[in-house]
Amino acid sequence: MKLEKIMKILDAEVCCGTVRNDWDITMVGASDLMSDVLTFIQPDTLLLTGLINPQVVRTADVAEVKVICFIRGKKPTEETIKLAYDKDIVLFKTQCSMFKACGRLYRAGLVDCLQK
Amino acid sequence: MNNAGIGKIQELIYDLSVGDVMKKDVISLSPDISMYKLKEVLRKNRISGVPVVKNGCSVGIISIEDLINWLTKKGAGSSVKDWMTKDVVTVYEDEKLIQAISLFDQKGYGRLPVVERKEKKVVGIVTKGVIIESLLREIEIDYHEEEIRRYRVSHFFEDVTADSVTIGLIYQVKGGDVMNGGAVAGNIKKTLQRLDIKPDIYRRVAIAIYEAEMNLIFYTDGGEISVYIKPESICVNVQDHGPGIPDVKDALRLGFSTAPNWVRELGFGAGIGLNNIQRCSDKMIINSTVGRGTILDITVNMETL
Repeated sequence: MKLEKIMKILDAEVCCGTVRNDWDITMVGASDLMSDVLTFIQPDTLLLTGLINPQVVRTADVAEVKVICFIRGKKPTEETIKLAYDKDIVLFKTQCSMFKACGRLYRAGLVDCLQK
Repeated sequence: MNNAGIGKIQELIYDLSVGDVMKKDVISLSPDISMYKLKEVLRKNRISGVPVVKNGCSVGIISIEDLINWLTKKGAGSSVKDWMTKDVVTVYEDEKLIQAISLFDQKGYGRLPVVERKEKKVVGIVTKGVIIESLLREIEIDYHEEEIRRYRVSHFFEDVTADSVTIGLIYQVKGGDVMNGGAVAGNIKKTLQRLDIKPDIYRRVAIAIYEAEMNLIFYTDGGEISVYIKPESICVNVQDHGPGIPDVKDALRLGFSTAPNWVRELGFGAGIGLNNIQRCSDKMIINSTVGRGTILDITVNMETL
């Protein structure tokens, strides 16, 4: 699924990075636990999280995640944005709760990255 | 162009400013110049339009279209000021390139005078051609630099003659340095990518090192991470000087954690880290003595380099 469509589904806005039309996202990982993310997440997955510190971006970088969406309208810190920019990672934010965000994406056909 | 190239261009148009790409030696005309002179300027310089400038500031823009209008209609007045477009849209030199591109796209302009913010003096001009030229130049530089770097590093093992070749990378990690937590793992990942190591291998190494690095930051006064890259395997050694793990078996149990709240607030300390390291490595050995420190050895095998 194209990033633009995901943004529409989540009513999300961009915090940092360029929304690239050539990226196809098929899986989603949702967690506030970074070790969990490192355990299950697969490359090119969309990460939904409520954590907004730079560790999220470091984790995404190591796990090769290109897009992170922060839930409940949480705004990433300046350090997080700067690091995401350096690492070429796109940051979104949505007003949806974790449950709602997961539900909407699941209904739209995206799958859990553990399922793949 | 491949996807990476398109992505790079998108990145550049958000990254570069108008001032970075504009043509600086602007050919401009004063409003009182005759249309005959305009014809000469356009013909001589092989351009299709010029900004009209008075005391350094933009007052209009005149193009080949206006010249044709004048030639066909021969209406009142034969000065540039009588035929130029007066409501000129300009862009500031510190504005992002995307701003200029949007104007070209939405309004169909052929050229935009570039002005500086303070006195609004014309300092350059951008056209679609100028933008394309500068983007191609940037892409070319970037592509070549990365290609050369990748080539040099990925051929390291072939170029060096020895019975056995090992690349050693050593990093110091400061205890409590949460802000830089994961930076070492990120750097190692990038280096392994440049060495042309397979993605599934470098990803496992990077995840294992990331967990080990965070453990050094959260639970010790700091330590050292050494990575030894050989053609057949990647060996990682992580050492610290305390406090040590009382029972390694306990520590390896999924969910076992002694993490304080501040560590949990950062999204760690759920008793998964050591398991994760074990899962990512082909071999893991932990030697720990309370009061003296911990030595962690990890090996990840690779079939071919």
